Amino acid sequence: MAATTITDPSTSSAERVTATAKAAFIALLARDLTVLRKEFRMFLARTVMQPLLLMFVFTYVFPKIGQGVGGGAGASRFSTLLVGGVIASTMIFQGIQAVALPLVQDFGFTREIEDRVLAPLPVGAIALEKVVAGAVQALVAGLLVFPMGLFIPATKIDLHINYPLLIAVMVLGAFMSASLGLFVGTRVEPRQVPLIFGLLVIPMTFLGAVYYPWQSLEPLRWLQIVVLANPLVYLSEGMRAALTTGVPHMASAVVLVVLAAAGALLMRVGVAGFRKRVLS
Amino acid sequence: MATMTNHGDDAVIRTQQLRKVYAGAPGFGPPGARSGGPPGARPPGSINGPGNRAANGAVGGAPDKPRDAAVDSLDLEVGRGEIFGLLGPNGAGKSTTIGMLTTRIVPTSGTAMVAGIDVIAEPAATKQHIGVVTQTNTLDRALTVRENLVFHGRYFGMTNKQARVEADRLLEVFRLGDKRDVGVQTLSGGLAQRLMVARSIMHRPSVLFLDEPTAGLDPQTRLSLWELIRELNADGQTVLLTTHYMEEADELCGRLAIMDHGRILALDTPDGLKRSVDADTVVTITAAGDAGGLATALAGGDGVVKAEATTRGVEVHMRAAPGIVPRLMTSAADAGFEVTDVSVAEPSLETVFIQLTGKDLRD
Repeated sequence: MAATTITDPSTSSAERVTATAKAAFIALLARDLTVLRKEFRMFLARTVMQPLLLMFVFTYVFPKIGQGVGGGAGASRFSTLLVGGVIASTMIFQGIQAVALPLVQDFGFTREIEDRVLAPLPVGAIALEKVVAGAVQALVAGLLVFPMGLFIPATKIDLHINYPLLIAVMVLGAFMSASLGLFVGTRVEPRQVPLIFGLLVIPMTFLGAVYYPWQSLEPLRWLQIVVLANPLVYLSEGMRAALTTGVPHMASAVVLVVLAAAGALLMRVGVAGFRKRVLS
Repeated sequence: MATMTNHGDDAVIRTQQLRKVYAGAPGFGPPGARSGGPPGARPPGSINGPGNRAANGAVGGAPDKPRDAAVDSLDLEVGRGEIFGLLGPNGAGKSTTIGMLTTRIVPTSGTAMVAGIDVIAEPAATKQHIGVVTQTNTLDRALTVRENLVFHGRYFGMTNKQARVEADRLLEVFRLGDKRDVGVQTLSGGLAQRLMVARSIMHRPSVLFLDEPTAGLDPQTRLSLWELIRELNADGQTVLLTTHYMEEADELCGRLAIMDHGRILALDTPDGLKRSVDADTVVTITAAGDAGGLATALAGGDGVVKAEATTRGVEVHMRAAPGIVPRLMTSAADAGFEVTDVSVAEPSLETVFIQLTGKDLRD
């Protein structure tokens, strides 16, 4: 056994290396999806609860007890705009849960990542694979919220779906969410994990145009400008642009460009951080 | 050097002037956290006797250079089919060396070729040809024992079917068959280590790197792992391992490099290294009182090459002549020392190490 494979350096062409790297990339992805399938119940539990409760309390309980946000016809409008926001925040949250938290654990104590780093592909590609696997999870999480939007609200939900835009926003949003996860995961120490939620997830969600259209911040001009730094704003706005008519939202082109740019930037910084953590 | 083989084109590992300085290691202060040598220490070969075999002529070289490199001027050549060992204390630079050869640590300067591939220029290509067992348990905790092997095979380009067949074969060879479907968290340290080794050879690497493979294992498990490594080697597997256990180096390795402070101090077969010691008998004497004084009292004796105080007593290097131990006892008694313990041994790798560095491997 263990017959040694002898490599003639002259044949170690970039092509062969690329083929090997591609196979390794797909295998790493297969591994992550296998784990996702094995732990799907856990995935559901961690994914569904927050949007479920948000939808339940805001769009079912409140109208029923006469506290409906917006009141009367406004309640229906609120439920409609909330669907997009909840999907967006669920995706961002998933990006952090699926990519950042496992990475923090890996770097902090399990060191499993040291093995994955030895797979025959460039280190940057290993980080990219983490993003792809995370984006798939963010996408699945976002899709899980749709039925909630259809069945939970007590008031009428008025969705007019622009499918091409919806697909573009969700795919770019998932990619951006997972890149954010990579960025956070390579920069946070295990003991700082609670801070991810306290200082990042919660402010992002509350100030992410989840519960209100960005345009409605007009009276608070300073806040309206400050929250533009929050990528979730664009994802929420983009979801509303794709799902509703009549609710004000940012121009779709702006949304798509910013999501792509933010995703690319976070990815780039995340990959650099990843390299720094695994190579010395 | 009789046993220094020139591997020519058959070398699976070849490094030249390989050097690593960790970022943040101050130029003149203590070296980086992992290199851990005393600042400004002289190259340890400086107390050398005739047995100090410089592997590369670099020992003691560049004395004006601050001792800030975790690994310095490393010239290494490992031939196909060898079990080659890096022996040295913690912080000697062994793990840094393995880290550089396995692409995880980027060298500061120098060159490294593994399986004919330039490790620094083509890390991704290199990884296809190496198997690595690191010091920490890096098994995939989300997967079962068998899945760990199957997915590893797939990372390295096997089809799912090939990987399953090979995984099942290795589970038998490594006697892990009854654990195939359990999660890896439930494995004992010894079994986890065995699985790590099995995984590392799944893709038939040209070189298997084992970083302190038996550290923390009980003696029984250690023996069985040694057997496993020997069997792999008998089948042609080239192995480079690090260890700070002398017995392990002695038992397993065909050739050894003794390292300290990032440099190779000597390189030879275990027997060759032991022969390089200036004596054929090492007597260790424990006595109450000033060990230094006792060493001085014994130093001039008949057949005594050298006597020095160590942490375990006074170590006397001798060229054996009949009745030599009783004579030593008499000398000690004459000097007013009450001897409490005496041991007589042939030179070991420990002796070699002490002779090269002036300190105990366990210090």
